[in-house]
Amino acid sequence: MATNPMHQFNVYKIGPEIKINGIDLSFTNASLFMLISAISISIFLLLGTKDKKIIPGKFQLLSEILYNFISKMISDTAGKKAKPYFPFIFSLFIFVLFCNMVGMLPYSFTVTSHIIVTLAFAMFIFIGVTILGFVIHGFKYLKIFVPSGVPVVLLPIIMIIEIISYLSRPVSLSVRLFANMMAGHTMLKVFGGFVISLGLVAGWLPLTFSVALTGLEILVAFLQAYVFAILTCIYLNDALNLHH
Amino acid sequence: MELEAAKMIGAGLAAIALAGAGVGIGLIFGNYLSGAMRNPSAAQKQFPNLLLGFALAEATGLFGLVVALIILFAF
Repeated sequence: MATNPMHQFNVYKIGPEIKINGIDLSFTNASLFMLISAISISIFLLLGTKDKKIIPGKFQLLSEILYNFISKMISDTAGKKAKPYFPFIFSLFIFVLFCNMVGMLPYSFTVTSHIIVTLAFAMFIFIGVTILGFVIHGFKYLKIFVPSGVPVVLLPIIMIIEIISYLSRPVSLSVRLFANMMAGHTMLKVFGGFVISLGLVAGWLPLTFSVALTGLEILVAFLQAYVFAILTCIYLNDALNLHH
Repeated sequence: MELEAAKMIGAGLAAIALAGAGVGIGLIFGNYLSGAMRNPSAAQKQFPNLLLGFALAEATGLFGLVVALIILFAF
């Protein structure tokens, strides 16, 4: 009797119902796990920067590795001009990473497996980058839809394609993270269900699969946070360095 | 045909998208390996690109899954 693998994605209220102007602002399990991720990030980074030594301790080493990793990623993909946006990309990366990783704990809830969360991130990035592009380049930013070196005959078609691809950025950015997390967690639960239904006799085979899949899912959790951050860098690069 | 049955068939058809993702991931890792065999010293530098390509290719297959879920649950 396997339970529904989609049951883990249920959002339910914790504590009293809070409504302001008809908008439901109750504290749910999703908000609880966001809070847990935010608090664990704060504890981790505060411990890492508490006593700064020349020979770093464990936490300091980890936070320095993270800092260098993101800093190198930004300078590799978006150049020197993107340096002021380091705090934004760092917090984005580490929040998505911790949400994914907290979701890997058994009986926990994956915040990023809900499209509304990832779509909010993606729309925020998309609107922010677009405003940034217009602020820096003015109306010249529209040149992003006109790739250089394209024959004039093809230009109208290319422009339509470019506009569609630009507008589909938030969709692809959010659906990528959401679908990866949701598919992975559903798969884990389906294999967990196989272990229960096959029992002691043949349940060992799906159990080994399940262990291997957990490893894969931890890789995917890291990888998707990385991809999310690097794509943000690439979009930022488009806005900062127009046709370099 | 009943609507419920048509939904099931549609969701199954949407899962064919995973074939493309499989081909894509295979191409990425295969080409990375063949490149790494030819020039092992350059392999380490391209590892982040490998992971990026893997994640991007995998995601396109998962778009198919999202389409399947929309067909099953949203209509």
